[in-house]
Formats: sequence, structure tokens, C-alpha cells
Amino acid sequence: MKRFMAFVKKEFLHIFRDYRTLIILFGIPAAQILIFGYAVRTDLTNAGIAILDNARDEVSAELTHKLEASEFFEVKYNLGSYEEIDPAFKQGKIKAAIIFPANLGTSLAREGNATVSIIADGSEPNTASLVTAYTTAIINDYSAQLTRQVSQGMPVINQEVRMYFNPNLESYYMFVPGVITLILILITALMTSVTIVREKEFGTMEVLLVSPLKPWQIIIGKVAPYFFLSLVNVIVILLMAWFVFGLPVKGSIALLIAETMLYILLGLSIGIFVSSSVQKMENAIFISFLALMLPSLLLSGFIFPIENMPKIYDYVSMILPPRWFVEIIRSIMIKGAGFAYIWKETLILVIMTVFFMALSARKFNVRLGEGEK
Amino acid sequence: MMEKEKVIEVKELVKRFGSFVANDHLSFDVYKGEIFGFLGANGAGKTTAIRILCGLSRPSSGKVTVAGIDASRPEEIKKRIGYMSQRFSLYEDLTVSENIELYGGIYGMTMKEIRPRREQLLTRLSFIQQGDMLIKSLPLGLRQKLAFAVAVFHDPEIVFLDEPTSGVDPITRRQFWEMIYETASRGITVFVTTHYMDEAEYCDRITIMNEGKIVALDTPAALREKYGTQTIEELFVKIARPKTVTS
Repeated sequence: MKRFMAFVKKEFLHIFRDYRTLIILFGIPAAQILIFGYAVRTDLTNAGIAILDNARDEVSAELTHKLEASEFFEVKYNLGSYEEIDPAFKQGKIKAAIIFPANLGTSLAREGNATVSIIADGSEPNTASLVTAYTTAIINDYSAQLTRQVSQGMPVINQEVRMYFNPNLESYYMFVPGVITLILILITALMTSVTIVREKEFGTMEVLLVSPLKPWQIIIGKVAPYFFLSLVNVIVILLMAWFVFGLPVKGSIALLIAETMLYILLGLSIGIFVSSSVQKMENAIFISFLALMLPSLLLSGFIFPIENMPKIYDYVSMILPPRWFVEIIRSIMIKGAGFAYIWKETLILVIMTVFFMALSARKFNVRLGEGEK
Repeated sequence: MMEKEKVIEVKELVKRFGSFVANDHLSFDVYKGEIFGFLGANGAGKTTAIRILCGLSRPSSGKVTVAGIDASRPEEIKKRIGYMSQRFSLYEDLTVSENIELYGGIYGMTMKEIRPRREQLLTRLSFIQQGDMLIKSLPLGLRQKLAFAVAVFHDPEIVFLDEPTSGVDPITRRQFWEMIYETASRGITVFVTTHYMDEAEYCDRITIMNEGKIVALDTPAALREKYGTQTIEELFVKIARPKTVTS
């Protein structure tokens, strides 16, 4: 045990002496939370729009006012003619142009319907669809009001939509769990594989293997500090999410920590597995990044919903640990779900952990038994 | 010679990798306090033999005893030996003292045991001032000497040096060999492999391996006499050349 502790102490010294490691460990998660939370928004605020009001009547004035009054839009231009639409888009200050037809008020009064054109900037598809959705909602809202006024006493079906779990559709509800998921796999898999491969590359692994330390002690000793630091990291991220965005953990914190530990363990065993397969640090970084980070980012459902993907990607994403962990952490944090709702995902993570541990243990023993070179 | 205590006994050691025989019936003894040179061209089977002696690999057959312990119990062997390889073995981002404490700790020494010995060692290597310096700030020669000092810090019975002086300047090599002599005089057996044939002359006895077999084993002087050569280098070229043309 004393031998083991001397070894673990050395690993901590490595980490604390290398400020780059610390930056990766604590700086990047903090920055990501803030960037994703504040800058990368999937919701809409103060998008510039232009209005071409050919009607100049009561209805168009009221609609313009409604659009302006909402926090989603800011009317940048009041255009005079169709020719001005194109330059307004090219200047890049507006995301959409709303065109009221000349006979808006009258045709609405006489025929009971009218058409408002929305032209959105299709060069940014996501924003474009948000803008049209929001605009349509505002206009619908207005026309529903009109209907009620006109058809007094007539039954009208009103829709009342409520976003469960996330009433304001805040994007950080999605990003905080996502960032935790990604950061953990980055720290655990990438950093452990690099730290182990570094010993091989510098030739110190040889010396350690000749020492009385048992191979498993070397591996555990190398990853134990990262286990500990990852856990601290998660707690820091959760606290940040809480204080900066006011995002509390709805479910059991104990359950969340336990699931996180499992996920960290899985990441570490993947890291160990990678380290047992490569000889050079660059390769370890390359594999961890390309095979783990990128697919995790794209396919875990953290940014792009898996439901919208072609079926094949759905299957591919199933072998990615982050996909399952995102589900778990989202359920606990946002929905307040208990273990009964996430046992399946948990089981999958357990199986993956056991699989990678067994695989690396086998590789390690084979390597020891009949050494290469 | 016969009266001396044997610290390594190898009898009929065979190591096979599939159909390839890396070590073909090796037999030799190494005595306590001896400097035992292990020579051979690349691929002659030196590294395989050292790995077995260090407990990293198991013999396919034959009997190997290191520090009185059978090779079937490598964990016990590992506690009693020291090891240093040609590839640099100290941690560059740790200080001199931290490296010493780490290796002392790994070999089961307490801080109480480590501290006085560390001071003694730093004084002896005359860099008492540098205990808090990072390894990477030290010149290469000094690092290599320190790596050796660390390899024998826990007073092992045998220290294995795998090409310890490759890539080191002649002056440091000289000082390195002085340290080896000093270590041997403390009763620690030194088992060293080298590429430098002049270094072979410094050994008490040398073994030359070729194609998995031991082709010569004796004192340098006796070998030179036996084969009628002036230097070990000549001798080496004469007997350890891989057979390219059958005679």
C-alpha cells in the first residue's frame, strides 16, 4: 500500500506541475459551460427583421407593434418597396423580412382571410426556421384574437402549450448535461491514455514494470488521480450551472454522483484500453479525439437529436457511451427522474465498462507474458 | 572463484516465441559483488534474457534463480533488484528529491529511511544544492548518473543496467563506470549490457551471445588470450558475427 501511495503521489505531482493539464481539466469545462450557455443559443433574441408595409392600416400597424414588442425581434428597417428587400438581406442585419399586402385590413374584414409573406434568410437554416416559427406564432396569436372578437359566443379552440421540464426552452438546459458528458469523456479517456502512453514513450514504464509494483497497481495508480479530479470537475460544473444559470439538479444528487462515477470509470477503462493499443502519445490523442470526441459530439444527441437522424446513425450512436450518459444525466438533472427510469441506460454503461476493463486486462497480460521486442 | 556466493544461477534456460528460439540453452552463474558484462549483437537474445532475469518474462524451460529466488516467483525477485535502461528513466517534470522519494517509496522504503540516504547521495554526487531542481533542467550526463544512483538507492542485491551509457559523452561514461565500481564494492552485483567494447574490458567477467547461444564466457583477459586477440572488440567481431555465409 505504501508503495502504491508513493506512486499515486507522483501522479498528482505530474498533474499539478503541468499547468496545461490543469487548464484542460478545469479551464475548458468552465469556458465551455459559459460559451455554450451564453453564446451558442438555439433560442432567439433580438433578431433583426425588416417590414415592408404595403397596407399601412390598423391591422398592419398592430402586427408590427406585436412583433416589435416581443423580445425575439427588433425591427431594423421599414422598407418602402420590394427592391429594398434584397440589399437589406445582403447587409446581413436582418434575418427576415415581413411583407404586409396592400389590402390586408380590408380583405381580412371582407373575406375573413389575408396573406402575410415572411421571407427568411435561408443561408442560416436553423435561425431561419426559428424566425419563421416565431413570426407565425405571433401572427397566429393575433388572428386568434381577431376571431374571438368577431365571432362572439362561437366556440373557439385555444391552444395552450407548456414546455414541460423547461418552461422557457432555455438552451443551457441541454448544454449543461451535454458539456458534462463530453468533458468527462475527454478528461478520462484522452488524459489517461496519454498519461499511460507517456510512460511507455519515455521508457519509465519499463522501470515501473521491473519494480515491485504490480501491473494493476501501476494502472490504478495512474488513473486514480483522474478519477478524483473528474469528480471534482463535475461538481464544479454543476455548481457553475447552478450559480450562473440557476439550473438546479432536480433529481437525487447522490444518484447523479453515482452515475457520474460509473461513467468516469467507463471513460478510464476506454483510456486504458487505448493506451494498451498504441505506443505513441500522438496516436493516443488522435484515437481518443477522432474515435471518441467527434462522434460523441455529433451522435450523442447532445446537439443534434438522434430521432431526426437516419436510422443507421441511430444504431452507430448506440455504441457510444455519451449517448447513454446524456440520457441519464438529463433525466436526473432536468426531469428529476429516479433510478427506475434510467436503469436500462445504466446497465448498458456497466456492460461497456466491464467489457473494456476485461479487454485491457487481457491485452496487458498478453503484453507482459510474451513481451514485444 | 568457486567459494563465492552465487546471486544468479541460470541452467539450460530456453525461451521460445513460437518456433523462434530467442534463448537456446543458456547456462551461467553470476557471483556476488561481481561486474558481469553481457555482450551480443542486436537480436542475439540479450534483452530476452534480461527480461527473464528481471521477472518480466517467464522461461519456456530451464532453471533460473535470481537473488536466491526461482523465476516462477517474479514478484519476490523484483523486490531485490534494481534496473536502469538505456532509455532515460527519471521523471523530467519532478525534482531530484521527488524522483528519489518516488523510487524509494515504490521499493517500500519509508520517508524516515529515505531522507538521510537522500542527503548522503546528493552530497556524494556533489549536487546538494540541486535537490529541488527539476530533472529536465539538469545536463544529460548528470541525469544518467542520477538515474543509476536511484536504481541502486534501495540497496538491491543485483542491479541490471541495460546499455546504460549509450549516447553519453566519454567523460560521463568514465564517471559512470567509477560509480559502477563503487557500487560493486558495496557488495551489489552489477549485470550490465553494453555496445561499447572498451567497456567490456572494465567488467570482471563477460559473456558473449550470438544467435541465442552463449559463445564465450570468462574474464576479458582470459578470453583475449584464448582467442589470441588484442582487444575485446576484435574478439567480438571474430566470434559474434552472424553467419551470413556458411563455412
